Amino acid sequence: MHEMSLAESVLQIIEDTARVQPFKRVRTVVLEIGVLSAVEPEAMIFCFDAVTRGSIAEGARLEIVDVAGTGWCMECGKNVNLSERYGLCPECGDARVEITSGNEMRVKDLEVE
Amino acid sequence: MCTTCGCGSHDVLIGGKAAAKRAARKGTQGAVSYRPRAEAAHPAPVNTPALILIHNPAPAAIHNPDPANTRRILVERDLLAKNDALAATNRAFFNARHMLALNLVSSPGSGKTTLLVRTIEALKNKKQMAVIEGDQQTENDAERIRATGVQAVQINTGKGCHLDAGMVGQALKQLSLPTESVLFIENVGNLVCPASFDLGEECKVVVLSVTEGEDKPLKYPDMFRAARLMLLNKCDLLPYLNFDVALATANARRVNPDIEIIQLSATSGAGMDEWLEWIARAQ
Repeated sequence: MHEMSLAESVLQIIEDTARVQPFKRVRTVVLEIGVLSAVEPEAMIFCFDAVTRGSIAEGARLEIVDVAGTGWCMECGKNVNLSERYGLCPECGDARVEITSGNEMRVKDLEVE
Repeated sequence: MCTTCGCGSHDVLIGGKAAAKRAARKGTQGAVSYRPRAEAAHPAPVNTPALILIHNPAPAAIHNPDPANTRRILVERDLLAKNDALAATNRAFFNARHMLALNLVSSPGSGKTTLLVRTIEALKNKKQMAVIEGDQQTENDAERIRATGVQAVQINTGKGCHLDAGMVGQALKQLSLPTESVLFIENVGNLVCPASFDLGEECKVVVLSVTEGEDKPLKYPDMFRAARLMLLNKCDLLPYLNFDVALATANARRVNPDIEIIQLSATSGAGMDEWLEWIARAQ
């Protein structure tokens, strides 16, 4: 996906938060990234470091928490675990599985000074 | 994966004018330490969205030197929230005017612009229309549209590989859009990235040409799942190709069982009636 543009979004969210709850600098940023979201955590960390230079989040540590993939199979009606985005239902093998978790890309919280 | 496409607003032109810029932040590359992704442990029990893996956790040796001076702020904001909010604004704009907005997506060279020109020629006297064109560079596509007498705005994304809702929102300001008009948005030729960016459209229409492979839907499932309609274009060339139409349509339905499919040729005109009827029903 677009780790660079996503890192810019993270920084925008941090700056928006600072307008509402002012702080001097950010120490840690916690992201929740679903395993089905096609975001590469290593690339995300790299881009975050590049994008935050000179900002209120310069030097902040980016912590990425994976969120497991789950889905609902429309064929057999079961809730199942998903390890890949287009995986077949592990119960019945059908392709029509609606993703119920694992697609997240969000800033969870910030540790600030 | 687009880590180097520099998708920001730095070089975007809309109708020849610079888009509203975000402040550029350039920095020197310093040392970055990160941990390679470890193999995931056992999968979470179903229905508990357990957090199974943490990348870049605080190294054990480094303690917070001044714990009393830090606090946690709960944020819980989605990274694509900004684009989604702008898309919602666009969508409300279209709904208020009973407009149909279609987002045309495909690989480069599938025939989107030729198809649009043919479509517009056919509808010119029946409908008010407008086109937003997206390409990295040149005004070529917008000029082809304008030659038909229909208004078009060209968005040049510079390094960018897809249109986003913000760009479309700005382009709308340069168009006259009366009620019940039809807006065609021709996205940047790219079967990957546009799938993730809502522009506020009614739906995506994916154009696949018979000079591409039948397995395109399997290779680019995000896009074919995101589309409501697939136009199989350049069908006039079928006698000269080994393209298996049944296989291509089967592959598309495997990835998206609900996708509608119309076979046509923008050059010969075959199938155009079906496409025009689809547009009329969609409005």
